[in-house]
Amino acid sequence: MKHYSAFAVAREALRYHTGWERAWRSPEPKKRYDVIIIGAGGHGLATAYYLGKNYGIQNVAVIEKGWLGGGNTGRNTTIIRSNYLQDPSAAMYEKARSLYEDLSQELNYNIMFSPRGVMMLAQTQHEIRGYQRTAHANALQGVQTEWIGPERVKELVPIINIDGPRYPVLGALWQERGGTARHDAVAWGYARACSAMGMDIIQKCEVTGVRSENGRVIGVDTTKGAIDCDKLGIVVAGHSGQLADMAGFRLPLESVALQALVSEPIKPCMDVVVMANTVHGYMSQSDKGEMVIGGGTDGFNNYTQRGSFHHIEETVRALVETFPMISRLKMLRQWGGIVDMTGDRSPILSKTPLGGCFINCGWGTGGFKAIPGSGWGMAQLMATGHSPLTEAFTLDRFREGRFIDESVAAGVAH
Amino acid sequence: MLTLKCPFTGALLDETELNCGGEAHRKRFGPGSSDEDFETYMFTRENPRGVHFELWLHSYGIGKWFIAARDTETMEVYGTYPAQTTEPPQEVIDAINAKHPGWTWREFS
Ligand SMILES: Cc1cc2nc3c(=O)[nH]c(=O)nc-3n(C[C@H](O)[C@H](O)[C@H](O)COP(=O)(O)OP(=O)(O)OC[C@H]3O[C@@H](n4cnc5c(N)ncnc54)[C@H](O)[C@@H]3O)c2cc1C
Repeated sequence: MKHYSAFAVAREALRYHTGWERAWRSPEPKKRYDVIIIGAGGHGLATAYYLGKNYGIQNVAVIEKGWLGGGNTGRNTTIIRSNYLQDPSAAMYEKARSLYEDLSQELNYNIMFSPRGVMMLAQTQHEIRGYQRTAHANALQGVQTEWIGPERVKELVPIINIDGPRYPVLGALWQERGGTARHDAVAWGYARACSAMGMDIIQKCEVTGVRSENGRVIGVDTTKGAIDCDKLGIVVAGHSGQLADMAGFRLPLESVALQALVSEPIKPCMDVVVMANTVHGYMSQSDKGEMVIGGGTDGFNNYTQRGSFHHIEETVRALVETFPMISRLKMLRQWGGIVDMTGDRSPILSKTPLGGCFINCGWGTGGFKAIPGSGWGMAQLMATGHSPLTEAFTLDRFREGRFIDESVAAGVAH
Repeated sequence: MLTLKCPFTGALLDETELNCGGEAHRKRFGPGSSDEDFETYMFTRENPRGVHFELWLHSYGIGKWFIAARDTETMEVYGTYPAQTTEPPQEVIDAINAKHPGWTWREFS
């Protein structure tokens, strides 16, 4: 792997950019790997990366049915924060956020992490109490957050209307060190680093079956033939139910569509991320100037990557009231991703009833922010059989009633 | 916009008048059941990519529950029928089989 640097850019400029090599190889699958990861989204690639980096396990394949980063990782609104309510969540998301801080240097790939601050608006009395509680919990967890009043909100976001009659801004939970990153670059950076360690990222290859013997996984069937492995990691977000079915178990998951949209680019007008959970809307401005807007989820199971139009209408209607200046903006694109929702709105990182088979799913509407931490913990779980980061997120917590309830903490969690 | 036909009145209902109650034909396990059965009832879901049976409530209307057989991949609706039904009627199964030859109704959960 050639190192990316300012010198490399200068060198290539002098020879008309003919010397750049491909960022990752596109190999044909081998017969056997120590570990196979299904799904080349951020979580799958990060898992592979930390398996290689932290545990020296480099005979790894990441199998992807489409193109890498083409699932939810390339479809999200890139909000990164760690101000969750429950201790296991705070530990996981704060680990991820802190890894994001120097991920560009670590991967030698500019992921454009921008800790510009994340503001979660309180627009009802109920939300004030909820966020103040979260702020206290975060103080105990060592996660830096702050409860701020409406005047400070207005100072940080001059374009906001704080005394709208229907959705007044009563204050906000403010995490100064939260922000955004370039979603594709996170997938691309991990993929490049995995490929450089000798791992195979096999794209356009769908897993169609999971093979097992005596209750242990021995390999997978794919559209490029059968591939053997010692250990298997299923990291496929919205398609987890399908893969679990192939592996012979069921999950407490439902797949629904979540939508986002972007406007035409405009001059810089808002340099923080603003989330308004009461109205299921959130907004940030991309480096290109587009307003990036996220909406709510459909209320029914759905694999169409499209979503219902009325959700967009509701989100935009409410945001226009909070940010009157966006009322004349034209929207350029809208899209959807299939998110995997659990009953307690927390992810599952766990062993499964099938020996040697692990699963990482249930990130639902909010897993982009968790990618480095989740990969870190998942790699530890797969390599050693145990990880303090993932131990609360096991599959059996639903049977045991050990919920990590984040749905109360945030009506929508991104 | 998803539209479903009310099996009681025959009216076509927009999804904005309705609320989805999740997977239908689940077997209820209450107090005194084993942890495993309760987990299955409360949390475990089929979540198929394809034919799905789900409960719907006409919240902004007659206030009745019904079941819809719908395809989660194509959004096609195969039929609706009252919630007080333990398995899908034959015409719904026929409509599904026309699109998914070989598909069989099985006991959920
Ligand atoms: C509109 C939207 C907005 C969002 N906003 C935010 C946000 O602001 N902040 C945040 O933190 N999170 C956000 N999220 C959530 C976040 O995007 C996801 O939680 C996260 O990207 C999940 O990553 P993943 O690697 O688990 O899944 P994915 O990126 O979906 O990767 C899974 C991969 O598995 C592949 N796959 C599936 N089946 C198979 C098979 N049979 N064989 C081989 N490969 C298979 C898929 O093709 C896919 O590439 C948002 C999501 C959406 C949809």
